[in-house]
Amino acid sequence: MENSLQALGFAGVDRVRVGKYLELFLEAENREEASFKVEEMSRRLLSNPVIEDYNYTLQEVKT
Amino acid sequence: MKFGVIVFPGSNCDLDAYYLVRDVLREEVEYVGYDQNNLTGFDVIILPGGFTYGDYLRSGALASRTQVMEAVAGFADTGGLVLGICNGFQVLTEAGLLPGALCRNDSLQFRCRQVYVRVENSSLPVTKRTAEGKVLKMPVAHGDGSFYAPPDLLQELENRGQVVFRYVDEAGLATVDANPNGSSDNIAGIANRRGNVVGLMPHPERAGEKALGSTDGLVLFESLIGFCRGREVPDNA
Repeated sequence: MENSLQALGFAGVDRVRVGKYLELFLEAENREEASFKVEEMSRRLLSNPVIEDYNYTLQEVKT
Repeated sequence: MKFGVIVFPGSNCDLDAYYLVRDVLREEVEYVGYDQNNLTGFDVIILPGGFTYGDYLRSGALASRTQVMEAVAGFADTGGLVLGICNGFQVLTEAGLLPGALCRNDSLQFRCRQVYVRVENSSLPVTKRTAEGKVLKMPVAHGDGSFYAPPDLLQELENRGQVVFRYVDEAGLATVDANPNGSSDNIAGIANRRGNVVGLMPHPERAGEKALGSTDGLVLFESLIGFCRGREVPDNA
């Protein structure tokens, strides 16, 4: 990818990394509960702590 | 003694393992579904290769959270023998039953060819009938086989004899060219601290008959059988 970007003429591109972006809808009473659940999911399934870090943002939506 | 072969949605080497145990080794073997929760009566559990759950999220990640894996953890806890092959190895690391992780091959390409591995620890139930330094020929077929562990954990694995197999050339040297996937220190297979849970990326079950190009994989299964027989009936009984 880095080579391709450079081949396209994007100079100064360095340390290209690929990660994962996940999006999900979650029912929760409040932000604290949502945050707690997302932490749990991230820890128990969505990330592998040996090779991955994670962070997340919460956005309230109406159903 | 009895082998169990776990079958997840997307397992595809389950039949290879089953066939080897039943038709080549002439031992009792049964399939165990991913939704089972009882492993009573089994001596050895094999987690076969494949692409469980399509390898979505990470290879082995979804399979590692199934009900049968809770039973496998309990089975391992009580000293049961567990062998994870290829995707089965990935499932074991994802389940936390083996340390480290398996990442995308450094070539970013699927690797399907014969490799040589050197036995680094011959005191385990799975390697008892072989010898340290012995070179075994068997195939690999994987895209996510690059073993990774942080440096301090790698050192610990070496010190405790948990590195069981290492990729080598035919002469037994752990060269860069002999490493098909970029694994740290050419590691092809590891054990847990107790030595009863072992995972490896190469396929010993596909190296069990001359027609397949190698019979070097047999010794691992014979070791497991010998170990279990020894447990059943003491030599001096």
